[in-house]
Amino acid sequence: MTRRATAILPLLLGACSYQHYQSAFGNAAVEDSQFLILFTIFLVVCVVMYVLVMGFMLLGFLRSRGAAEANVVETGRHHHSHPLMRTALIGWTALIGVGLAALAIASFFTDRSMAKAATGEKLSITLTANQWWWDVQYNSSDASKTLRTANELHLPVGVPVRITLASNDVIHSFWVPSLAGKQDLIPGRESDITIVPKRTGIFRGQCAEFCGAQHAHMALVVNVDSYPDFIKWWDHQLQPAAAPTNPVTLAGYEYVTTGPCGACHNIGGTPASGTVAPDLTHLASRRSIAAGTLPMSEGNLYGWVEDPQSLKPGVKMPTIGLEPGQLHAVVAYLETLK
Amino acid sequence: MSSRFRASLLFLGAAALTLAACEREEHHSRSKPIGETVPAGSSPQTIYPGGSVPPALDARAKLFNNNANAISMGQTLYQQMNCVGCHSHGGGGMGPPLMDDQWRYGGRIDQIATTIAEGRPNGMPAWRGKLTEDQIWDLAAYVRSMSGLPSKDAVSSRSESMSGPTPQTLTAKPQPTNSDAAPQ
Repeated sequence: MTRRATAILPLLLGACSYQHYQSAFGNAAVEDSQFLILFTIFLVVCVVMYVLVMGFMLLGFLRSRGAAEANVVETGRHHHSHPLMRTALIGWTALIGVGLAALAIASFFTDRSMAKAATGEKLSITLTANQWWWDVQYNSSDASKTLRTANELHLPVGVPVRITLASNDVIHSFWVPSLAGKQDLIPGRESDITIVPKRTGIFRGQCAEFCGAQHAHMALVVNVDSYPDFIKWWDHQLQPAAAPTNPVTLAGYEYVTTGPCGACHNIGGTPASGTVAPDLTHLASRRSIAAGTLPMSEGNLYGWVEDPQSLKPGVKMPTIGLEPGQLHAVVAYLETLK
Repeated sequence: MSSRFRASLLFLGAAALTLAACEREEHHSRSKPIGETVPAGSSPQTIYPGGSVPPALDARAKLFNNNANAISMGQTLYQQMNCVGCHSHGGGGMGPPLMDDQWRYGGRIDQIATTIAEGRPNGMPAWRGKLTEDQIWDLAAYVRSMSGLPSKDAVSSRSESMSGPTPQTLTAKPQPTNSDAAPQ
């Protein structure tokens, strides 16, 4: 028994590294903390009321055996009833009133403090949802610092970030359980959400409104960094794509920029300048392919480029049917996009 | 067997047959198998001088004609690939209108697909190699639907993607900085 326990223990500890990767108890942003406080208040009030109701019911079951005057309450003539019963009923009603009022006041103040946090914005991001990926744009008053990337959100810790949410096709919903959400992204409208991350880490977001066949494969990786790391990341992402250095990557570059890839995808610093699909300028620096569908790896890139329709059926990226030579070259080139 | 029983049996049979006819269309998401299962026809010409007979419709046409998914995918591509830039939303501009009954290079779906794939003189670019064959046929299905040629149950009642500007209540209000733009 002890041996089995010692065998399981490392497994449990291993699970800790992914703790709060996607969890409403992540407590990794001010918004989530406020939700947690509200949740705790709701939980306590509801548990107390539930226990009281159940307790009185059990008490009633036990007492009713042989108690003939149990009908007194039903006649409504409380002044005839036992004075203790009368006090208890008044007290019970008051308790319900106080409980409900506490819930209303708590949610009102949570709402207010979240609205207050939304005013001190330091960083502005526009997040546009598409079937089935996230288009991320970092806004800056300096146009040369405006950055477009996809499916990965990098945030500096402790800085209030205002995320403007829009949708290009159907209703989606922004939800990073460890940080904040949910907030719907509605076509033709703009909504917004403010996040103040409290600690660094990697968190998973997920579209939380059914949006079509691949709704489940519409994830968003949120990477909360220290401020210097974040600035370093931003500066790196602003760089154009690395130029191909050997014949294989050069062949890949030629195919990607002149063939069908460039009609939809953008790669900064190359003729590939489509805007309807995820930006690939620094694709290989991301953690996943196709909005969290597959982890980033050479093998997965091969599979995805060759036949996206069998990995994510219905995705807007078509199966082109590349020849093996073209495929090697394209994947080799994509891997240089660090 | 009573005649009543026989009549109800007949009715049930007819109902089953009617239900069997309900299959609307097949949804193809991968392009390769279509090319493999249905051979491509020869690229159709657009003029048949001296009363010559036009060739039979390309075998792929029946996969895309009157196919609701193809039409709506084509509609998305029509906006994404900026067909709007020249043809507007069918009304035409720099390019010819697509929603009327005039077809310079033929109004059959295989003729339209050829026009998109090969391009045409005076501005229409060739899309072969930029779009997959499937996407070109999707676009052709949508272009054809602009003239109301496909049946009504296949065309979409709403646009696949949102267009139009952000509502004015939501647009940013930058404060004018130059002196001649005094607040009104």
